[in-house]
Amino acid sequence: MHLKEKLISAFDQSLDQLSFQQRRKESMERLKQDGFPTIRNEEWKYTNLQPLLKKEFELQASISSITLEEINEYILKDTDTYLMVFLNGVFQPNLSSISCQKAHISTIKNANEEQQKIIEKYWGSCLPKKGDAFVSANNGLAQEGAFVYLPKSVVLDKPLQIVYATKNDNALFTQTRSLVVVEENAQVQITERHQNFSDSEVFTNAVTEIVVKQNAIVDFYKIQNDNFKCSIVDNTWVNQANNCNCTVDTFSFGGKMVRNNLTFSMLGEHSESNMRGITLIGKDQLVDHHTLVDHLVPNCLSNELYKGIYDHNAKGVFNGKVMVHPDAQKTNAFQSNNNLLLTDDASIDTKPQLEIYADDVACSHGCTIGQLDDEALFYLRARGIPKKEAQAMLMYAFANDVLNNIKIEELKKKLNLIIAEKIGVELAIEL
Amino acid sequence: MLKIKGLKAGVEDNNILKGIDLQVNKGEIHAIMGPNGSGKSTLSSVIAGKEEYEVEGGSIEFDGTSIMDLSPEERAHLGIFLSFQYPVEIPGVSVSNFIKTSINETRKAKGLEPMPAGELLKLMREKMELLDIKKGFLSRSLNQGFSGGEKKRNEIFQLATLAPKLAILDETDSGLDIDALKIVANGINKLRTPENATIVITHYQRLLDYIVPDFVHVLYNGRIVKSGTKELAFELEAKGYDWIIKEVEEQCI
Repeated sequence: MHLKEKLISAFDQSLDQLSFQQRRKESMERLKQDGFPTIRNEEWKYTNLQPLLKKEFELQASISSITLEEINEYILKDTDTYLMVFLNGVFQPNLSSISCQKAHISTIKNANEEQQKIIEKYWGSCLPKKGDAFVSANNGLAQEGAFVYLPKSVVLDKPLQIVYATKNDNALFTQTRSLVVVEENAQVQITERHQNFSDSEVFTNAVTEIVVKQNAIVDFYKIQNDNFKCSIVDNTWVNQANNCNCTVDTFSFGGKMVRNNLTFSMLGEHSESNMRGITLIGKDQLVDHHTLVDHLVPNCLSNELYKGIYDHNAKGVFNGKVMVHPDAQKTNAFQSNNNLLLTDDASIDTKPQLEIYADDVACSHGCTIGQLDDEALFYLRARGIPKKEAQAMLMYAFANDVLNNIKIEELKKKLNLIIAEKIGVELAIEL
Repeated sequence: MLKIKGLKAGVEDNNILKGIDLQVNKGEIHAIMGPNGSGKSTLSSVIAGKEEYEVEGGSIEFDGTSIMDLSPEERAHLGIFLSFQYPVEIPGVSVSNFIKTSINETRKAKGLEPMPAGELLKLMREKMELLDIKKGFLSRSLNQGFSGGEKKRNEIFQLATLAPKLAILDETDSGLDIDALKIVANGINKLRTPENATIVITHYQRLLDYIVPDFVHVLYNGRIVKSGTKELAFELEAKGYDWIIKEVEEQCI
């Protein structure tokens, strides 16, 4: 059965047990009408989902246990953190550590009565009224995921790691739903990773909403290094009030098909949005970044920097849209997308898109596509640095300004190691 | 140390070196001079192993073995150092890290452990002093935003820390004002030992006032057309290259 029909029939069977029934019904109606996008849809022009959508996926996993040993490799261990582990969408309290006095870290289902009111208020608040098929499907059927609530002026004392693990005997379609609400003057750092622990194919449709209130600071790091059986459509929506700062960094190394939809809505003045990414992929991989920064009010700053390195026949897509609405005077919006193609078969379709309807703004965008510089390679090799290491050094140097901005030291180290492994050199080079 | 015989090389169909013979023994300083386009930089690139150049004939031996089939990094590991005429800017790689990687990769190739961090730092500080290099230099991105003089000084700084057997200085004097030239030349002189050798490639005699060569060779149209001692350099400075070119052309007729 086609994924769309499968989801609709699952919804009809389970409606009685679901929260937010009215909202879910509306979303599923939309999915019924619209269906999943094809390459005729401008937003999906370079990423063909049809082979994936025709596959037979199970919606319920049959495996329900995972050990700490399995998880260990995929989490930060030397840094003191909070940890939430989900397996096939089910929270694993025995592997998690979420006990926190000042903030509320739980799952959407397990939240207490008071927190349920907050969930009720913000669940779906960052999403557009008419979302695309993936948002609709997630709205309709996703039930569980991380819920993080930072009350006013609370600074979370250590970072939170969220691991969405999957493990199944057969191909699995899974949907996660995360909600992060950071109240006035509060701060939080979060890392997130989706990881498959089996040989079966997994297709994930994730929705994360991040609500950032006045003076709050949020750093959200996405580590995408899943195995080659996995595909993901990762939808992240951020609403920012005034004077706040939100960063979403996306590190894409793994997975077969990775589509990131990242949207920032600047709703309050004097706020800052940062989105950065490193994409380093190889054989038969596709990573598609679609970002949108919606400048609705004056005096905000958005900074976007995506770097991509494509090897073998890897395919990259970057579509960065910046909308500056008529009221959004004094907007500063900067966007840059730089790419290295290591082979003739690798490709990148990059499309910076600025739509400016205000007249007193500073906006810039630029994209570059190039190869490793032969002169630079010779220079390094003439100093005794072997070809492979010299190439690695140039690639690190290329990606370095993105890595440099990471605030969690161990994460920076871990990403260095992943990059070294991907490039095939022994050690991470500190630059 | 270095023995070049009948070396012919070029890029694609363009023959640049048309039969070079050159022998450099340890302890010696050789100057290679010549007008623009004579093949000076090609010669240095070919010795260092730049892959763009095709070697069509002849041989290059270093310490008695052929290096013709070796990669640039393998030649560097043997102790051949090329100071670039135009050092490449590499944003994102710091000077200190570049030198550290360079030293440790060379040690690795020789089966040695990486140099301890303290020792490495001491070595770099010592050489910075020798070349009058300011603090903060080590953490800058390699050659990025460096002035012409800073780039050249950085090349000699690398030379000093790597201590190669053979240093080839390709137009190290270009872009250096007289004060910087003195510092650089003084550094090169202090690095001289009876065990290493230097090839100075230059267009002008000026640098040779400070680095006194044992031999001077004139490269013209892909061949060494005249060799002599340091007096030859003075003659070239005074009379230019035309008289040699004329001499060569007369011989051909």
